[in-house]
Amino acid sequence: MVERRPWLDFLSHGILILGVIVIAFPVYVTFVASTLSLEEIMSMPMPLWPGDRLIENYSQVLFAGTSTGSTAPVATMLFNSTVVALCITIGKIAISLISAFAIVYFRFPFRMFFFWMIFITLMLPVEVRIIPTFQVIADLGMLNSYAGLTLPLIASATATFLFRQFFMTIPDELAEAARMDGAGPMRFFWDVVLPLSKTSMAALFVIQFIYGWNQYLWPLLITTDESMYTVVIGIKRMIVGGDAANEWHLVMATAMLALLPPAAVVLLMQKWFIKGLVETEK
Amino acid sequence: MAAVSIRNVHKSFGAVKVIQGISMDIADGEFVVMVGPSGCGKSTLLRMVAGLEAITSGEIAIGDRVVNNLEPKDRNIAMVFQNYALYPHMSVYDNMAYGLRIQGRTKADIDQRVQRAAEILELSKLLKRRPRELSGGQRQRVAMGRAIVREPTVFLFDEPLSNLDAKLRVQMRSELQSLHQRLKTTTLYVTHDQVEAMTLAHRMLIMNAGRSEQIGAPLEVYQKPATTFVAGFIGSPPMNLIPGRIGEGGKVLAADGDARVRLPEPRSAYDGRNVLLGVRPEHFDTCEPGAALMSPDIDFIELLGSDSLVYGHLGADKSGARVAARLHTSVVAKEGRLPLRFAAEHMHLFDPESGKRLEA
Amino acid sequence: MEKRVVFRSAWLPFVLVAPQLAITVVFFFWPASQAVWYSFQLQDAFGLRSQFVGLQNFYTLFKDSNYLLSFRTTAVFSVAVAGIGIALSLLLAVMADRVVRGAMAYKTLLIWPYAVAAAVAGVLYAFMFAPSIGIVTFMLRQFGVHWDWVINGNQAMLLVIMAAVWNQISYNFLFFLAGLQSIPKSLIEAAAIDGAGPARRFWSIIFPLLSPTAFFLLVVNVVYAFFGTFGIIDAITQGGPAQSTTILVYKVYHDGVKAADIGGSSAQSVILMAIVIALTVVQFRYIERRVQY
Repeated sequence: MVERRPWLDFLSHGILILGVIVIAFPVYVTFVASTLSLEEIMSMPMPLWPGDRLIENYSQVLFAGTSTGSTAPVATMLFNSTVVALCITIGKIAISLISAFAIVYFRFPFRMFFFWMIFITLMLPVEVRIIPTFQVIADLGMLNSYAGLTLPLIASATATFLFRQFFMTIPDELAEAARMDGAGPMRFFWDVVLPLSKTSMAALFVIQFIYGWNQYLWPLLITTDESMYTVVIGIKRMIVGGDAANEWHLVMATAMLALLPPAAVVLLMQKWFIKGLVETEK
Repeated sequence: MAAVSIRNVHKSFGAVKVIQGISMDIADGEFVVMVGPSGCGKSTLLRMVAGLEAITSGEIAIGDRVVNNLEPKDRNIAMVFQNYALYPHMSVYDNMAYGLRIQGRTKADIDQRVQRAAEILELSKLLKRRPRELSGGQRQRVAMGRAIVREPTVFLFDEPLSNLDAKLRVQMRSELQSLHQRLKTTTLYVTHDQVEAMTLAHRMLIMNAGRSEQIGAPLEVYQKPATTFVAGFIGSPPMNLIPGRIGEGGKVLAADGDARVRLPEPRSAYDGRNVLLGVRPEHFDTCEPGAALMSPDIDFIELLGSDSLVYGHLGADKSGARVAARLHTSVVAKEGRLPLRFAAEHMHLFDPESGKRLEA
Repeated sequence: MEKRVVFRSAWLPFVLVAPQLAITVVFFFWPASQAVWYSFQLQDAFGLRSQFVGLQNFYTLFKDSNYLLSFRTTAVFSVAVAGIGIALSLLLAVMADRVVRGAMAYKTLLIWPYAVAAAVAGVLYAFMFAPSIGIVTFMLRQFGVHWDWVINGNQAMLLVIMAAVWNQISYNFLFFLAGLQSIPKSLIEAAAIDGAGPARRFWSIIFPLLSPTAFFLLVVNVVYAFFGTFGIIDAITQGGPAQSTTILVYKVYHDGVKAADIGGSSAQSVILMAIVIALTVVQFRYIERRVQY
């Protein structure tokens, strides 16, 4: 950094490479396992090089499911996960945009009250209110439905805060110029605020997509119909306990499928991902 | 084209009085500059004309209509903001066309207006660019273009040149003047820069702490400042204000610190009265010691090339009134007493308490 | 907080906040208040009637040794996850900040685990550490370590800690890296000129400047350990063996869903709510103070 210390540089790279390896190891093992046959996995030790069963395992899992635990084809589960993740993401972004817009650009009675109400939701994750929320969903008849899977998770305020912070940085004069130009509030929102919010929306998209895709406890509770499983809980349902009884090669293939889409989103949209993480926490 | 009438307008933010009873009638086609130090309320007044701030009491009329309750878009005005307020994600063309599109004009109409404005402002080649690709001066012109295409009855400018460097400011000033000559639209222009005010205005409204100090043409304000504030605000360096008492039948000012100033013309009406004597630095001339009206002791000199700024004090010790003189010569003694004289028409008297001008 | 008022409308802002408010009320406030309500109720064996019992559920809980055990388990778990997670990611971030070549690559390679769901991470670790077929189990045996988390409660705890730390490292790493990169280089250079070596510079300058970030991450990691690790626990140990990995949130789930003890589970939820609120308040208070310097 400041001085030349080659051995420290060497050490730094060493530690980093070690870190990368340790981080990657579990996923590597998973990938390898997903390409092996069950017998190869069960033999101790499992080989550490990829096998030749890649296409077999993946197609079986995608289209036929496993024979133990759940029998739903993973393709269906992937579809469900995608729908849930996208609904949560788009839903959250949409309602947060208009809420933040209202709070920043209008003055109306109860404004601060509404703001604090939304703020409080930050404090309590869904895990804390599972039983009663389940009750509400059941009462609304939304068990085993996309609505039930997504609506309770749209309720939190991180997105509203992000957009609010951003809207505060839009110069007042821009809104005044728009007012002069004759734009009403919604026109201003659509023509000016939205285009300017594109990077924030992208950042939020990444974070919320991962959040929605990775949901576990909630889908676990409200889906009993296998055709509504998301892939993340599908994996859990495949493991029925005891090492020997599971079709590990298929479970691992499913695991790979479960983690690839969010990982792809992170890698492809890395810039926005980082921005989203860092800014939602302020 | 319309006249603007500001009638006894007050503005308060809660308990804080920001504008206190300002009235002015602006004729159709006039270029009026509202000038004053930061915080005097000039921008607030402009924004009330624009409809961006509510009027606490009083009336503002544009043309024959009282516009107090009208939305900005219904007042047929256009505004140029200090920070240009260009839509960053739209091209220059779209920036200018935006308001017109909202008005529902035809494409042809919009295109014709935008092209015409672009031609006037020399923006024709830049129409496809985004604001971030433009220089400060270009952005300023786009902001003006956006105002022009609306063909409003009144232009409002809120310190438009403040963000430009000095050289650009001079250039834009002359462009503004030629624009006004061409379009002849009534213009209200806010600035804190008195040079801009003096060069651009047909008439000026000088404001201080929410009140109007003087309304008049530049020359009038320069030659006959109504208050000490105006006297000190216009002109650089500011007018000298020397406190003292008129004596000897109006012939002399006995200044504080035991100094004496002979008046070029007697002011017997104010004999015995405490006054502030005002003389602009540029109105002093050196002379023979015998002909001198005052002889300040030189403190230091700034040589500007063609002119010299001499700073000194009257009286025996350093506590006497400070005097600045701008002399059109580079040959000046460095210390000692400087004999100065000035003409009667360049002499101003002000009441020390009210600050108001005392007529001869 | 304030913009100059720009738009005036009597009804539009209400329409705009309505969707979020509606969802918040229906799916947040209503259930949360229900949880509080249930915590004061006792249901009979068939779930047909419930009776208001005041704070009895809470008393019962605090007398229940399993519940107190769960507190202890959660405490150990969160301290371990937060502590190890922060220390490791700090180390990685400092190293990543140092290197010039390959910085982007390291960053990319270290942040993607964030994308892995907790439950999936749990499954991965369960696989690697499976007592009979796990590859790491095998490696450990080569070193003479007998690994069987199904029997050994401490090993089970160790396993879930590892999985949780693995899952959270990217997040911590990113924040530390951002924090490090926001330290003005001139400060470090000045210290170097003053004669401070790398270790001293780190401890006397960098670490203090990072402390707001570290504190923030501490709270986040604790909240994560409390709640976000549910998937890991459920995927690997389901709270076992013998409750050795039953953290508080898992118990809420287990008691409410598996054991149908609505009152007890709700009381636990309320207690958890109180803990989180306290944590969040502490965090915000501290950040407020930070902003002042």
